[in-house]
Amino acid sequence: MQWESWSAFWDMGGFAAFVWGSYGVTALLVVGELILVMRRRRDTVRRLLRLRRATAAGVNGRRAFEEIVE
Amino acid sequence: MKPRSKRLVLLGGAVALLVGAVALVLTAFQQNLVFFHTPTEVAEGKAPTGRAFRIGGLVEQGSIKRAADGLTVQFAITDTAKVIPVTYKGSLPDLFSEGKGAVVQGTMGPDGQFKASEVLAKHDENYMPPEAQHAVDEAQKTAKTVKQ
Amino acid sequence: MIKDMDKPERSKSLLRFAAPQMFYPLAGRLAPWFAAAAVIFVGIGIWLGFFVAPTDAQQGEVYRVIYIHVAAAWMSMFVYLLMAFWSAVGLVMNTRLSFIMAQALAPTGAMFCFVALWTGALWGKPTWGAYWVWDARLTSQLLLLFLYLGFMALTRAIEDPRRADKAGAIIALVGAINVPIIYFSVKWWNTLHQGASVSLNKAPSMATTMLVGMLVMAIAAWAYTIAITLWRVRSLILERERHTEWVAAELNALEGKV
Repeated sequence: MQWESWSAFWDMGGFAAFVWGSYGVTALLVVGELILVMRRRRDTVRRLLRLRRATAAGVNGRRAFEEIVE
Repeated sequence: MKPRSKRLVLLGGAVALLVGAVALVLTAFQQNLVFFHTPTEVAEGKAPTGRAFRIGGLVEQGSIKRAADGLTVQFAITDTAKVIPVTYKGSLPDLFSEGKGAVVQGTMGPDGQFKASEVLAKHDENYMPPEAQHAVDEAQKTAKTVKQ
Repeated sequence: MIKDMDKPERSKSLLRFAAPQMFYPLAGRLAPWFAAAAVIFVGIGIWLGFFVAPTDAQQGEVYRVIYIHVAAAWMSMFVYLLMAFWSAVGLVMNTRLSFIMAQALAPTGAMFCFVALWTGALWGKPTWGAYWVWDARLTSQLLLLFLYLGFMALTRAIEDPRRADKAGAIIALVGAINVPIIYFSVKWWNTLHQGASVSLNKAPSMATTMLVGMLVMAIAAWAYTIAITLWRVRSLILERERHTEWVAAELNALEGKV
């Protein structure tokens, strides 16, 4: 074990801001990227489903229209 | 924003980034590809005159002298072949010490004294625990005495 | 022969995964495993780096930034080379999936590139005495970030996917020249940044526990990159293949679940 106490660990020999600033920002970016990728998946699937519904409605609408014309 | 103008903005952004990148290479690299000159190069007159430049080397053993004001420091920087005396006023980085690497930025005075406006410490790529460092230092001392 | 052609999906070759339709489910199955590996390796790496590895004689505790800095810097260079590789494959073989791979890698590469610069700045201040200097190593790494951002902006800006693929591939290939420049900058020119501690042609100049911690973090970065890229590839594939029947079937399965 390299540390006398937890407070010595958090202090990082007086370099706490530099060490934890590095690890903290990296952790935020990694978590942020994971959230973005998950959201992108959800948004893509939702958009494609909406697109399909709209197209299907378009086709049905046209059928209905043609039936009316005939 | 309309899709078309959004595309234009993105395209403009991409072009700007690439132009910026090329400009960065051409300007910053041209001046700073050589980040510092060695004391030998300076002694041979290869360093630029009339503008600030950097000298890199080792801080000579026993050369650090602090003035009474506690801010001004005099030391010498060497590549073991040539020695350049340096004066500097300001705070020094933690890793700055005798026998270690340093890079100083400033101008050469007419008296051959380099007036530094910035001092950076340059550390090497060795990482080891203090005990190992101590062992290495001892071994080097012994090697020196054996040689002598 | 005709029988084989009728059922190309029966092919035993790994090349069958070059078809987006085949790669999509494979990516979905593999990604969680790589994500789990990343979590485990980060745990081991942090434990080694903070609790097993000793302090550094020159720099003190601040050297512990190395465990992310080096992993991120290596990853930012590897990922760019991978992007260039997939771009070249895409241009030569005309395979859609290759370009998609290159585009899925870019954001993660850019993230690691930024992390390398950020942690480098926070490491430089207490050791060198400056957050930033314009030396060859730092400048070429900043250029790498611009190349990533330029690639991402360009491939998003061009509407036609085929033209976007080609334009991006050209940036990826031309920019790849920068990677060896970054790597060798500390050898070729006088830089404030020190030389490599770990390289192929000499023994590493680090204490063993430090070195092992650093390598474990590098493996974690690999696993993370693979996992997140596979997840991103899945979204890109759905988007690109939205007119195909297999995506329609996939959407049927996802209806109401998302």
